[in-house]
Amino acid sequence: MSSASPTSADFGKDKSSFDSKAVWRTFWILLCITVFELIVAIVYYETHFFPKHILNGVFVIMTLAKAFFIIAEFMHLGHEIKNLIMTIAIPACLFIWFLIAFIWDGSSFHDLRMRYDKYQYEQSKTKVKPVEHKEEGKKPGVE
Amino acid sequence: MAQTVPVGQKWWSGGRSPFNVEYGKLMMWYFLMSDAFTFGAFLISYGTIRFSSSSWPNPNEVFKSFPFIGEMTVPLAFVSLMTFILIMSSVTMVMAVGAGQAQDRKAVMKWMFLTILGGLAFLGCQAWEWTHLHNEGAWWGRNPFMNIDGTQSSTNFTNFFFTITGFHGFHVFSGVIINTIMLIKTWRGDFQRTGHYLMIEKAGLYWHFVDLVWVFVFTCFYLL
Repeated sequence: MSSASPTSADFGKDKSSFDSKAVWRTFWILLCITVFELIVAIVYYETHFFPKHILNGVFVIMTLAKAFFIIAEFMHLGHEIKNLIMTIAIPACLFIWFLIAFIWDGSSFHDLRMRYDKYQYEQSKTKVKPVEHKEEGKKPGVE
Repeated sequence: MAQTVPVGQKWWSGGRSPFNVEYGKLMMWYFLMSDAFTFGAFLISYGTIRFSSSSWPNPNEVFKSFPFIGEMTVPLAFVSLMTFILIMSSVTMVMAVGAGQAQDRKAVMKWMFLTILGGLAFLGCQAWEWTHLHNEGAWWGRNPFMNIDGTQSSTNFTNFFFTITGFHGFHVFSGVIINTIMLIKTWRGDFQRTGHYLMIEKAGLYWHFVDLVWVFVFTCFYLL
C-alpha cells in the first residue's frame, strides 16, 4: 500500500453510517420487550397461570434478544466488518460452556445435599412464620 | 449486515487495520469482553448457588416498593423505571456519537449532558432501592425475606444482590465520570482540534456495555 498507515483521523471522518431512525427503532424494540416481560412477570405473580420454568425460558430468550439489539445497533457491532464481529462473537461462545457446566454442577450439588444432608433436607421442608418488616413511615436516609 | 468493502480487499496483508476500526476502539472492545467475563462469572456463580438451593425468595415480594406511595405495592414498577432510564440514556449516548460524526460540537454537548443526567438518575434510583432494602433489614449477611415456598432462606440472596448490583452501580458511576470528562473535553474544544470525536465513541461503547449488563442483571434478579 502506497499511503502511510492509517491514523485515528481516518476512522473519525465516516459520517455516512449514522442513522437516527434505526436508533429510535431499536429503542422502541427494547422498550416493548421490557414492558412485555414486566406484564408477563406481574400477571404470573397474580395468577400463576403458567409453569414458571417455561416462563423463565421466555425471559432468557427475551434477554438475549435485547442484548443482540444493544450490541448490534447501539454498540454498532452489526455494522462493523466481519473480522471484528468474529473476534467478539467467537470468544463470547465460551459462555455457553461456562453456563452449562456451572448450572449442571449447581443442580447436582442440590441433589446430593437433598439426599445426604439431613439438616438441609429438613430445612427445605420446614415452613417459618412470615416476618413483618415495615418501614413505619421512615424516609430513606433518616435513622 | 457487515460494512460494504471493496471486493477482493486483503485485510490481513498489512498496511491497514484488519478490523477497520481505530486501535483505541478495538482495545475498548477487548476490555469490554474481559469485563463481560467478570460479570458473567458473577452471574453464573449466582445461578449455580440458586440451582443448588431448594428454594429462593420471590422477587415480586422483595421488589414491590416505589418511592412516595407509602404502603401501596406495585411489584417491579421501580426497577422498570430504572431500566427505562438506562435504555433512554443509551439512546442519548448514540445521539451524541452521531453528532460527533457530524462534527457538531453543540449537539454533542447537549446529548452528553442528557446522558450524564440519565446516569445520575439511575444512580439515585439505586441509592433509594438500597436504602429501602437496608431499612427492611436486608444487607450483606442479613436476609429478612423468606423463600417463596415459606421455608427459611439463607443470606445468599442478599449477598449476591448487593454484590452484583453494587458492582454494576460502580460501573455506572465510572461511566458517569468518564462521560463528564468527555463533556468537559468537548466543551474545551479538544475534539474539534484533533478533528474527530472518536473518544465519544469509545466512551459510548462503555456506556452501552453498562446498559447491556443491566439487561442481564434485571433478568437474573427481578424476573427469574
